[in-house]
Amino acid sequence: MVKASGKRKQRIKWSKLYTFSCLNPRTTDNDAPNQQLLGQPGFSRVVFCNQPELHKIKPQKYPSNYVSTTKYNFMTFLPRALFEQFRRVANLYFLLGAALSIPKLAPFSPASMITPLVFVVGISMLKEAIEDWSRFLQDMDVNSRKVKVHSRNGSFVEKTWKELSVGDVVKVNKNENFPSDLLLLSSSYEDGVCYVETMNLDGETNLKLKRSLEATLSLDDDVEYTKFQATIHCEDPNPNLYSFVGNLEFNNGTYPLSPTQILLRDSKLRNTEYVYGVVIFSGPDAKAVRNSTRSPSKRSRVERRLDYLIYVLFLLLVMISVVNSIGSALVLKSEAAMWWYLRLQENADSPLNPSKPVTSFFLQFVRSLILYGYLIPISLYVSIEVVKVLQAMLINKDMRMYDELSGKAVEARTSNINEELGQVEMILSDKTGTLTCNQMEFRKCSIEGISYGGEINEVDLAASRRMNVDVERYRISIDGSDSTGESIEMFEYSVAEADAKQAVLGCDHAIENSDIEHRRIPASGKEPNIKGFNFRDDRLMDKMWIHGSNVHDMIMFFRVMALCHTGIPVEDGNSKRLKYEAESPEEVTFLIAAQEFGFKFCQRTQSVMFLQELEPSSGIEVKREYKLLNLLEFNSARKRMSVIVSNEAGEIFLFCKGADNIIFDRLADNGRIYQQATTAHLSNYAEDGLRTMLFAYKKIEVVEYESWNTLFTKAKATVGTEREELLEHASEMIEKYLFLLGAVAVEDKLQKGVPECIDKLAQAGLKIWLLTGDKRETAMNIGFACSLLRHDMKQFHLVLSKEAESSHQLKAVEEDILSQIRNSYQEIVKGNKKDVPSALIVDGKAMEVALRSEISNQFLQLAVMCDSVICCRVSPKQKALIARLVKEYTGKTTLAIGDGANDVGMIQEADIGVGISGMEGMQAVMASDFSLPQFYFLERLLIVHGHWCYKRISKMILYFMYKNVAFGLTLFYNEIYSNFSGDDLYDDWYMVLFNVLLTSLPVIALGVLEQDVSADVCLQFPALYQQGQRNICFSWKRIFGWILNATLSSVAIFTVTIYIFSPAALRQDGKVADLAHIGTIMYTCVIWTVNCQIALIVTHFTWITHVLIWGSILCWYIFLVLYGMLPPEHSQGGFHILIEAIGTAPMYWIVTFLVVVVTLLPYFIFSIIQRSFYPMDDQVIQEIKYGRTDVSNKPMWLREQQNSRKRTQIGFSARVDAKIRHLKERLRRTKK
Amino acid sequence: MKAPIYIYYQLDNYYQNHRRYVKSRSDKQLRYGLQYNDTSSCIPEESNDGLPIVPCGLISWSLFNDTYSFFRGTDELRINRKNIAWKSDRDHKFGKHVFPFNFQNGTLIGGAMLDPNVPLSDQEDLIVWMRTAALPSFRKLYGKIEEDLEANDVISIYFLNNYNTYSFGGRKKLVLSTASWLGGRNNFLGMAYIAIGSCLIVLALVFILLHVKNPRPYGDAMYVSWNWKGIPN
Repeated sequence: MVKASGKRKQRIKWSKLYTFSCLNPRTTDNDAPNQQLLGQPGFSRVVFCNQPELHKIKPQKYPSNYVSTTKYNFMTFLPRALFEQFRRVANLYFLLGAALSIPKLAPFSPASMITPLVFVVGISMLKEAIEDWSRFLQDMDVNSRKVKVHSRNGSFVEKTWKELSVGDVVKVNKNENFPSDLLLLSSSYEDGVCYVETMNLDGETNLKLKRSLEATLSLDDDVEYTKFQATIHCEDPNPNLYSFVGNLEFNNGTYPLSPTQILLRDSKLRNTEYVYGVVIFSGPDAKAVRNSTRSPSKRSRVERRLDYLIYVLFLLLVMISVVNSIGSALVLKSEAAMWWYLRLQENADSPLNPSKPVTSFFLQFVRSLILYGYLIPISLYVSIEVVKVLQAMLINKDMRMYDELSGKAVEARTSNINEELGQVEMILSDKTGTLTCNQMEFRKCSIEGISYGGEINEVDLAASRRMNVDVERYRISIDGSDSTGESIEMFEYSVAEADAKQAVLGCDHAIENSDIEHRRIPASGKEPNIKGFNFRDDRLMDKMWIHGSNVHDMIMFFRVMALCHTGIPVEDGNSKRLKYEAESPEEVTFLIAAQEFGFKFCQRTQSVMFLQELEPSSGIEVKREYKLLNLLEFNSARKRMSVIVSNEAGEIFLFCKGADNIIFDRLADNGRIYQQATTAHLSNYAEDGLRTMLFAYKKIEVVEYESWNTLFTKAKATVGTEREELLEHASEMIEKYLFLLGAVAVEDKLQKGVPECIDKLAQAGLKIWLLTGDKRETAMNIGFACSLLRHDMKQFHLVLSKEAESSHQLKAVEEDILSQIRNSYQEIVKGNKKDVPSALIVDGKAMEVALRSEISNQFLQLAVMCDSVICCRVSPKQKALIARLVKEYTGKTTLAIGDGANDVGMIQEADIGVGISGMEGMQAVMASDFSLPQFYFLERLLIVHGHWCYKRISKMILYFMYKNVAFGLTLFYNEIYSNFSGDDLYDDWYMVLFNVLLTSLPVIALGVLEQDVSADVCLQFPALYQQGQRNICFSWKRIFGWILNATLSSVAIFTVTIYIFSPAALRQDGKVADLAHIGTIMYTCVIWTVNCQIALIVTHFTWITHVLIWGSILCWYIFLVLYGMLPPEHSQGGFHILIEAIGTAPMYWIVTFLVVVVTLLPYFIFSIIQRSFYPMDDQVIQEIKYGRTDVSNKPMWLREQQNSRKRTQIGFSARVDAKIRHLKERLRRTKK
Repeated sequence: MKAPIYIYYQLDNYYQNHRRYVKSRSDKQLRYGLQYNDTSSCIPEESNDGLPIVPCGLISWSLFNDTYSFFRGTDELRINRKNIAWKSDRDHKFGKHVFPFNFQNGTLIGGAMLDPNVPLSDQEDLIVWMRTAALPSFRKLYGKIEEDLEANDVISIYFLNNYNTYSFGGRKKLVLSTASWLGGRNNFLGMAYIAIGSCLIVLALVFILLHVKNPRPYGDAMYVSWNWKGIPN
């Protein structure tokens, strides 16, 4: 069985078909010096193929194939995680406090100091552990994948990936991932070719061809490996994906190896039944693994500022501690000796010894640091952790971010940086799999100068709809004019179209804005019934094209489509239609489209292609054979592909497809009939973001072909450096005097909702950069499709004119790039005055130069000025580097989003990393902080949840600081009145309960449930998002404002209570209040004040908020009653305190009321002034919403939504605006 | 003055709230007497000649010991010195079977002596004194005069000035006061209420004026940041 399937060879030898060098073994000169490196340091690896046992012992002992991405292991977890925890300043302070409490220097018991610290550190470490555990599980999943490994005597057994060792021979089947870096020995194709998908490594969708050495071709069956032995000498493990130096010693010969023979881990076998390979680099040595970086712990901007806030509070703490201890020392020195009732002289070791004021100073200082520790609340960190986990839960549970197709929801994988989502200013996005779904669709074509499948595009539709009011007025003038400007024509058409649409839909002008949001839905709603074919035109479909005028050219067009490719058909089981496999997804769509038009490509042999063609005269299908004479394949330099075929009648044709400028250059004079019309169509297609390609053909006379072919065969047979040149020359000779047939446009299908999402994000003031490993053309296509690019944008291309080989040239290259940057910069500065939008397109190689430290600043300065930036052909490392540099240079919050392993670096490096979880491959998700099933959820994640979380956390921290400062300062004032002796006014239990029970829950409710405006409003008013970008909710102004407020509150609480209750009687029975009474009364005032304060700042009350706020106050009284009921040994001063003493004194309640009013007054006055005269955006919207003006005055509501958008040059709406401007300009000119 | 008239002694610049002072007591000893012998918290007044002191600690040791007697004309006014301490203190905190022991027997004598035959729960002066005050100037209840004092009554007071306040510059005051349902006479409370009330009225007026002069219509979109003129959006 195994043998039979192994024998089923595919008969096509691709290497014979292909012309250019990509497949031929490289024996050029520049490999030679590399070979000499072998054996030198850095190139010392030796691999004994098929003898893995030799690698079990030194010196050739290499790591196993086990790959670990975890941060910790069992042994290192405790020390490393603890180290991470105590890098936080606050934790260190708490540790200090706990340490001091042990020798009784601190006023609190060691347990009350250590327990919360253990809790906080424990929770954070638990979170780390859980995250690391999930990483470990993921690793286990990958490591226990199965692969077939040669055991002995030609039998292959399944082993897990982690059991693989260097030297093992493995067999990888179609659509399987490579378990490690392999040397390709042979494949199911006779000539040892195989196709590899490297999307995970570089994001490219095109398949890569790999080819084995001629010498190992014979190893194409399981049994061949019984005796196989060879030795590889190669470079040491390194992260460079595109280079490999080594040689293979096999059968007494030495063969140089190149990257063409290397199959990398994280890539996938495609379109090839199976391959045999030998493991070269295993596990941590694999190039892809070497490229990965360990995930860093991220901290949000708010949290980093919180650190500074902690410093400020610490300063305050030190200040009052110093005041306290100086006071204490002075008092001791001057007066204390006179206080006979204290008998201070008798305690030599006490901190309060009057004869040693200096010692006393230090001891009191330490004591105060701990006593006023309420200023730096450890519970703040506990609450933040709890709140963030709950926030993450709310994000995870948001039904609006649940993808029904994949059954996945948005997942906040780390909850540490929720609030950072509300401050993003820069998005770095991957292309493939993130913006696009890696599916091509045949959308439009232009044959004989007529565009088909060309429904009116959405921009025109939206523009015309928006202009409709104006249009009516201008209508007559247009009709009256005899201008037949193309754009006016189009405009009229679109207006008519829009009118028709409006009549049908009954659209109201007033709700045009909301229309824009949904505009794409009908377009994307009609899913094509054939995958890869989203084309509708009655003139072509269902064989209607045979009634056209010039059927001959039409047929030729379809033949180019069906013959000029490298695809092969695959059976699709039940369907009558065939499926195809090809090097690039575009070719597949062409083949599918050709099939739909009646030109089904059904079979390929080494030299013959079979088509099932529709005969236009008879209308029936006939099977025709085409002999494939030559194939001049596509490569990035040629940008074209040609096949030379002869039909059954012996006529020879050259069919060519290629990029527009390339084909236009090669047309015959009589082949340009359709050029003008096609050009116009091409630019339209390109504006829509479609990928275009021109089709052309020519008929070749047999004689001409014969003479050319001898030349060509000679060139092909040449060995050496001039081969390339000769081939290029030969192909130039034949690929000219072509006849243009038309163009096709393929859509690289965007993921659902991507343009709308980008539009919204742009309006919210975010900048979006596109970073892709793909070609410039495709990157730009997507740029257009996402409206990141427009035709009226000024494009600046940063390219490397030549590659640097020596250090001398390097200098020149650098100069070149620098001058390009400078020129572009000057132009932009000029253009900005005239409001010209600009875009920067950078190539990976140019990027490498531009990111060097000397010029990276200039580069970034330029890039930041541009409205959109597209980086193409960038490596994973470069992506990470860009993310880091952008983050550092601009100081803005950056978010990186991607789906593949090539985005991992960038995801880890950016402030927030987002992974797309919809597709296969989990590396990006594993490295990410948030995972989304679809790109468009980003809009809601940022604009709604990010905005909320940011406001919640900021408000919560400010309030938390307020309540603790207000509370802590009352302790300090008491010291002033008690001789700085370091006594605490409140019962120990009150102190503990303050942050544990009595004020903690409302804060958590605030941090989890607070909303300034509802989710809908957030989405309608993207401008609200800028509050986070400008960080107005956690600015120093606010922080100090709240500290001031806290100080005022504490002063009010202390003075009012003290002056009222001392020294006069508390109650009617003449009894006075003692220390415990005053402490309890003051504490009551604090509880009331802080809880009422939170009620003032909450804008979104839910029943939970109410219960928690008022419940906390109630809790205090319940606690007092219960505490008072304990036996006096336990309750001490609190015994019967509420029932007997203060609760029955009316004064107590009257004073509580007075204090609450007084303490809240400053904030109240401030917020009234602020609200009445300097309202914030969210407040005005709250009022509009509350007054229901949004319903009664809809036009205003919609107008404001429109106005609130940040002026931007990217996004769909911006494109529509530009179009309208353009059309108005036209109209004005026509009128004149 | 209507009865009851409360007699307070007031001490100024006396730090009953000093940490060392506040802590220097043993609640358990006060309740259980000699059965409870861990008096380490009472330092430096925990024992004398190897025997524990009941009640121990600085607070009881420094018990206030001035005494007062009041005369209207020549009649001595009866002063009720019962029920001047909190009931919960008498019933639960100070033992009914705990008697002073070895008290004020050391070389340093702080304040008042206690009758060793009266249980602590009945030593109300001590109980009142043991309720440490929160501020350095405080009043403590001494007793009640349970008859009305008329205008123009001449009250003569004889007091024994035992308690040493000269050494630290403290002052003693004797206060006679009545109490209403709001407790003792307290100007601050009334003033605070009046001040805050008028403050609020003024603020209300100011805001009304500001609103009339420079109104911001409720929910007017013109006040949103993107509609501000001159500020680039």
